[in-house]
Amino acid sequence: MLPIDPSKKITFQRWISEGDLVIVYEKHDHMKAIKVCCGSVLQNRFGVFEHTDWIGKPFGSKVLSNKGGFVYLLAPTPELWTLVLSHRTQILYIADISFVISFLEIVPGCLVLESGTGSGSLTTSLARAVAPSGHVYTFDFHEQRAASAREDFEKTGLSNLITVGVRDIQGEGFPENFCGLVDSVFLDLPQPWLAIPSAGKLLKQDGVLCSFSPCIEQVQRSCESLRTNFTDIRTFEVLLRSYEIHEGKMECSADDESGSLGSSPCKKRQCSSGRRNGKEKWDARTVMARPCSEAKGHTGYLTFARLKCL
Amino acid sequence: MTEVSVETVSVQNPRTTWEGCSVLLDINDGDRLVFARLSASSTVKIGNKKCSLQPLIGCPFGSLFQVESGSKGPYLCRVTAPAEGDLPEKGDCLFKDESKDNRSLVDDNTAQSLSGEDIEAMRSQGATGDQIVEALIANSSTFEKKTLFSQEKYRIKKQKKYAPRVLVRRPFARSICEAYFKKHPAKIGCLRVDTLSLLLSMANVCAYSDVLVVDMIGGILTGAVAERLGGAGYVCNTYFGGVPYPMDITRMFNFNNEISIRIVQTSLSELSSAQYKNSDQGTENGGKEVTNLWRENGFSSLIMAAPELDTWSAVQELLPLLSYSAPFAIYHQYLQPLATCMHNLQVGKLAIGLQISEPWLREYQVLPSRTHPSMQMNAFGGYILSGTRIFSGEILHQTS
Repeated sequence: MLPIDPSKKITFQRWISEGDLVIVYEKHDHMKAIKVCCGSVLQNRFGVFEHTDWIGKPFGSKVLSNKGGFVYLLAPTPELWTLVLSHRTQILYIADISFVISFLEIVPGCLVLESGTGSGSLTTSLARAVAPSGHVYTFDFHEQRAASAREDFEKTGLSNLITVGVRDIQGEGFPENFCGLVDSVFLDLPQPWLAIPSAGKLLKQDGVLCSFSPCIEQVQRSCESLRTNFTDIRTFEVLLRSYEIHEGKMECSADDESGSLGSSPCKKRQCSSGRRNGKEKWDARTVMARPCSEAKGHTGYLTFARLKCL
Repeated sequence: MTEVSVETVSVQNPRTTWEGCSVLLDINDGDRLVFARLSASSTVKIGNKKCSLQPLIGCPFGSLFQVESGSKGPYLCRVTAPAEGDLPEKGDCLFKDESKDNRSLVDDNTAQSLSGEDIEAMRSQGATGDQIVEALIANSSTFEKKTLFSQEKYRIKKQKKYAPRVLVRRPFARSICEAYFKKHPAKIGCLRVDTLSLLLSMANVCAYSDVLVVDMIGGILTGAVAERLGGAGYVCNTYFGGVPYPMDITRMFNFNNEISIRIVQTSLSELSSAQYKNSDQGTENGGKEVTNLWRENGFSSLIMAAPELDTWSAVQELLPLLSYSAPFAIYHQYLQPLATCMHNLQVGKLAIGLQISEPWLREYQVLPSRTHPSMQMNAFGGYILSGTRIFSGEILHQTS
């Protein structure tokens, strides 16, 4: 997924080969991650796709099924992975993820702790940010969930950057061997205030902590707990509004005189003009945008704080 | 899990200041943000006092300083306990005070018995800022009548005036963007920090990637990408025409040489000219070889923030430079150029996963029994058009 191995980097010379992970794109809201394997087939509503046909094609290619249906094959990125991963828990999406990476000030070489691992959506982006020399240690108290996450990171080629531990961070805190070495900590826990003292012990001075909580009561308690060791405590909510576009064909009409003065037809993209009753008529084509009707109204509050410098 | 070695290599952005480094000074808890370069002679003006930045050299980032007056005038003195720790524990007593209100407070300027001269006199006798704040509280006839909440507000207000505090921040894309957005939003094309973060994610910026950037917003974008590369891979800051776009903001980042050499300014004509053309011009950092490599391999992604260019015609020129399946993210303050561009990309079947999004960001005040969204918020962070380039089938190489 990451360009760290030069032989796997996506370039004009890179073709899809056996064992590659590809994102099969049907529509923007319909994608699937598949490992390319000679002899395997993908079957969906567009027909049967032979993996063998995909080998040797560039990423981003359109491939056909036996019935002439098509899908695109994309190179995986953490953003695409977030859209295709199997949900074992509620996951974080791009708006929160990108904001967290920025505010935690994660750059290559950083040491980052996360709990819980959940479905590994954020973890994948954390790994991209610390690569190639940093590391993400992520903990979940759910054994099976941790194992599935490990399998996923193997699949996406990130296992060198991520270590998944099974541990109850609320109950036991983070392992003490990280003491004073950690650049950033991310908490997505039901009672984050229980893990905050441990995070404070492990962070470097001025290191940043983020806690993600859906409920304001959780934020309230976390902030109270943060006030003892942390400073610069800030809470945000970030959302995304998507727009849909539409090329509208709109009927225009104008008198002979005003047509030459006011709204000039040359502004319009394609005009099919005609005359009727002494008036000029044409269809103007304009691309228009409006917000999509459905949107996420809330994901969670993001609370950031820096460890006080002594 | 117990016996792992957890040492990592982080050469980037040390955690202690040094002479000549760039710092971001946060004065009075975000009231004012100032960029400065630390030297023995540099100063910062706080209120009507000019303080030397000398004491800041060699301190850890995140250190807090307070303005104190000494025999040689005001100076910055390192303090350790920030405001929150000083305040009396509230908790249970919060609601006992509910009966207090402001019905008997009359604004007739008689509540404070200390005069301006008294305060000056205290100062000249060497009183600290904190002592002045305590004296003001002791001499306020109305302080005890205030609710605990407004007592806290009063204390903070006086502290900001008589004992201003300076926090030394490490300049990062995030803090630099926030500071510019607050001070000079026009200089960074009104790019809000959440929008910048989205651009970097959407364009899959990562060490070892080759990111093509059109940065007509002062270099904040170029700097933010270089920060994420950490000295591996390249950010190619390309320009239309003959004059590179200014990127002064990249100097705020404290990039070491390893990272700086990964920023290459190259004209678009050089990038798109025939593959084996012998160009004597070279690029700013002598990156002719790397230019050839980009032509051969294609860029791994594109980020564009070019308010002065026609979005669609620029994208038509830039998209062929990206390798297939490369993601791109285009920022604009206005919706229409992106809508038109998205439509044309759809019609021309040049990209998929096209989406126009607008981020929305709200900050909260979180205090015991007083949690609510901030009274002021920024209502607009710009629009982003994102998508993925696809392989169109006909073009096999970038030779034409």
